[in-house]
Amino acid sequence: MSSLSSITRATLEKDMRLEWRSKDTINSMLFFALLVVVIFSFAFNPTAEESRAIAGGLVWTAFLFAAVVALNQTWARELRNQVLDAYRVSPAPAVSLFLAKALGNFIFVSILEALMTPLFIVFYNLRALGPAWQLIPVAAFGTWALVVNGTFFAAISIRTRSREIMLPLLLFPISIPALLAMVEATTAILTGEDSAKFWIVLLGVYDLVFTSACLLLFERILHAE
Amino acid sequence: MKPAFTIFALLTLCLLSYALYAALVVAPTELTMGDVQRIFYYHVPSAWTAFILFTINFVASVVYLIKRSVKADIVALVSAEVGVVFCTVVLVTGPIWARPVWGIWWTWDIRLTTTLVLWLIYVAYLMLRRFSVGSQTALIAAVLAVFGALDVPLVYFSIWFFRTQHPSPVIGKGGSLDPVMAHVLLINWAAFMCFGFLVCWSRYRLEKVKRDTEETQALEALLEHGAPR
Repeated sequence: MSSLSSITRATLEKDMRLEWRSKDTINSMLFFALLVVVIFSFAFNPTAEESRAIAGGLVWTAFLFAAVVALNQTWARELRNQVLDAYRVSPAPAVSLFLAKALGNFIFVSILEALMTPLFIVFYNLRALGPAWQLIPVAAFGTWALVVNGTFFAAISIRTRSREIMLPLLLFPISIPALLAMVEATTAILTGEDSAKFWIVLLGVYDLVFTSACLLLFERILHAE
Repeated sequence: MKPAFTIFALLTLCLLSYALYAALVVAPTELTMGDVQRIFYYHVPSAWTAFILFTINFVASVVYLIKRSVKADIVALVSAEVGVVFCTVVLVTGPIWARPVWGIWWTWDIRLTTTLVLWLIYVAYLMLRRFSVGSQTALIAAVLAVFGALDVPLVYFSIWFFRTQHPSPVIGKGGSLDPVMAHVLLINWAAFMCFGFLVCWSRYRLEKVKRDTEETQALEALLEHGAPR
């Protein structure tokens, strides 16, 4: 168990240091999300009162698209210099590697959300009419739901032709219940008309089911030949 | 051609013809909807057949993950392919019926949306198989099939909470389906199931031949290349 956490920590630190020095992922994600925000604003009047009802959908669509940018980098980075093959032959448990990558992506996407949310509030004139603190569990569970499956499917899509396209094709259909829950919960909190409880519980169940599935099946994916 | 396959094909043909006759002539015309209701005999059996094929895909994928048997992989592939075709039939016949009866082509209700999401998941599955390179296709496809199957109940519950408009099930609790209609429905289901399995069977044989040929060709290439000059 101790080796599991130490390997996870070591891999996570390595990824963080790489990102800190290059800032490739975070910069491309941020700029991409910014572009999405600006382009969306042309589709409707963003400061109108009724736009509050669709803001939840907008925010999460922007984050989802931006997250794919980070997720695609997860394993592609390890293909250079055959690092992935080195992981395969090392005695380190595959689960610890997966956890490190998923946590790394969680941190990246959370930073993105923390930086982009003020921008959304300013651009779309948002104000939560419901209990705003509930946005924190929604964001945490929702982000984990996206990155845990995203990290897993990125490991699948690097084994295909045109891998950058394959990831969203696999990730989006499977993520539909999670996306629906995130969007509905956010809308419920922003408009203050409904309770977001059911959706938060659903997100929790989704996270539990797919985290278990990823941890159980990742070793087979890593060693697939 | 194997005699069993030919006999099964002939039986399916007879059953399909009788089912068509039953759906168009034997079944009574529905009071309020009129003849458009007859699409029900294609829509519902196709849906059941598609769901059964997707279940077979899931079971075959799990079997593949445990035993790594090539046969299980081929079964998973063909059941997903034929399942997607039947699911497409469901998604096409639904709006044709809905337009005159509900007045709209499509509504984002629980069964429609779940079926659409199911269709999307299995199209993604088939695309993954197509885009995948090398020998690991079977494994990653089986893993994706397990993820898809885990997703279905979550999709259902999330959309159930979201909204509902589809006519509630007419079979089972609280149903009031005319006995002749129920009979015709079951005949059609049997015919569609047989047809589905027939296509799966012939697709299975085709895939088996294809893989055997590829294997032989690879072996021949290896022998030719490795032979002393």
